[in-house]
Amino acid sequence: MSGTGAPQGVQAMHQAELSKGRFLIQRCGDCGGHIYFPREICPHCGGDGVAFVEPTGFGTVYAVTTVSRKAAEGGDYNVSLIDLDEGVRLMSRVDSLAPSEVKIGQRVKARVIVGDGHGMVVFDAVEGVSA
Amino acid sequence: MSFDLKSLRGSAAIAGVATFGCGEAHGFTEMELLVRSARAAVEDAGLKMTDIDGLCTASVGSVMWPMPVIEYLGIRPTFIDGTMLGGSSFIAHLMPAMHALQSGQCNAVLVCYGSTQRTATFGRREIAQARRWMDPQPYETPYEPFNPPSAYALAASRHMHQYGTTRRQLAEVAVAARQWAQRNPEAFMRDPLSIDDVLNARMVSDPLSVRDCCLVTDGGGAYVLVRADRARDLRKPPVYVLGNGTACWNRQISSMHDLTVTAASESGRQAYAMAGVGPKEVDVVELYDAFTINTLLFLEDLGFCQKGEGGSFVEGGGI
Repeated sequence: MSGTGAPQGVQAMHQAELSKGRFLIQRCGDCGGHIYFPREICPHCGGDGVAFVEPTGFGTVYAVTTVSRKAAEGGDYNVSLIDLDEGVRLMSRVDSLAPSEVKIGQRVKARVIVGDGHGMVVFDAVEGVSA
Repeated sequence: MSFDLKSLRGSAAIAGVATFGCGEAHGFTEMELLVRSARAAVEDAGLKMTDIDGLCTASVGSVMWPMPVIEYLGIRPTFIDGTMLGGSSFIAHLMPAMHALQSGQCNAVLVCYGSTQRTATFGRREIAQARRWMDPQPYETPYEPFNPPSAYALAASRHMHQYGTTRRQLAEVAVAARQWAQRNPEAFMRDPLSIDDVLNARMVSDPLSVRDCCLVTDGGGAYVLVRADRARDLRKPPVYVLGNGTACWNRQISSMHDLTVTAASESGRQAYAMAGVGPKEVDVVELYDAFTINTLLFLEDLGFCQKGEGGSFVEGGGI
């Protein structure tokens, strides 16, 4: 990814792209494995030929919990682990369903939300069966 | 990787143990709880603090923790280990301590810890905020998992999905722990607890209710490790260390490859190999049962039942 100004680490690059509305993962040019969370070196092979790539955005809910929270503070909310079709896993939440309706195996698609100039990736339920 | 550590099997023994201030320790600092338990453990071994020349300790909050502990105790250790791996740290300290004893680097190792997590005025909310800077997890924090319960809840959701494990089976773990606690005068919660109590308790992070979750208590604990030949001449019957193993695979739950298989499957394999025993030879098991799902995972990963069968294993008072 090209940045402007001084060189920066992959965490800042990833966040900068998110805050522009784009969700990226990495792929290792040495071993071909996909990587998330972003790292300076490949956790599969140790190589440093990692580059950001755009995932399809499709994935499947791997694990799910509903965190209890007082109604006055916003009520219960979902925290999920999502397996992207590229084979990497991340923590996120499924926004388009009530927390109790988020089930393991649910197909989802990534969507970036930006608030106060800070982007984060969430997921929406889509039709389909797990890959 | 394979280990052949059988030469260390039984080479060291625990010669003294102690706890202090378990439950609620109003008015004490973590250092004070640690030092009181350390003093009592050294006494239990029939040693003096001046005999201690090895120190293992770790802290949740202080990254240089061995330094103030050394200073407070007034010792000059020739072996120091401050590795912090969470709750397993003080078992993980065994192996490096055994190496240090065997090589002659030191002669008596004190392993010690103190926590005021229940009564500390610098509370969990402040610690959670400080952690964002001290121990950043920038790819999980934005989603506000209520950790550690949410991480274990995610693992529980996966175990339930893959193996049909039920909340009732998880509750069996909490009920069994309480029944053991009722036989222990030092246990913090000893009231009766039923399966329905666990199932109907306030939900924290589904599927874990507050009764599936770790108690938050204060306390200090310490033990003293010496070479086996020396242990024979000390005050208490020595407890020989036959095997030990450490494995760590991830920090964040989102980086765990399979939420139903813990690193205990590897550390257990190492420890069994070193000791030359297997699960069938083991009569007494004390697992870290912080959250009810932990016990199921560890029973499976340490070979007391097959993967996925932890739920049925604990049913009907199985543990």
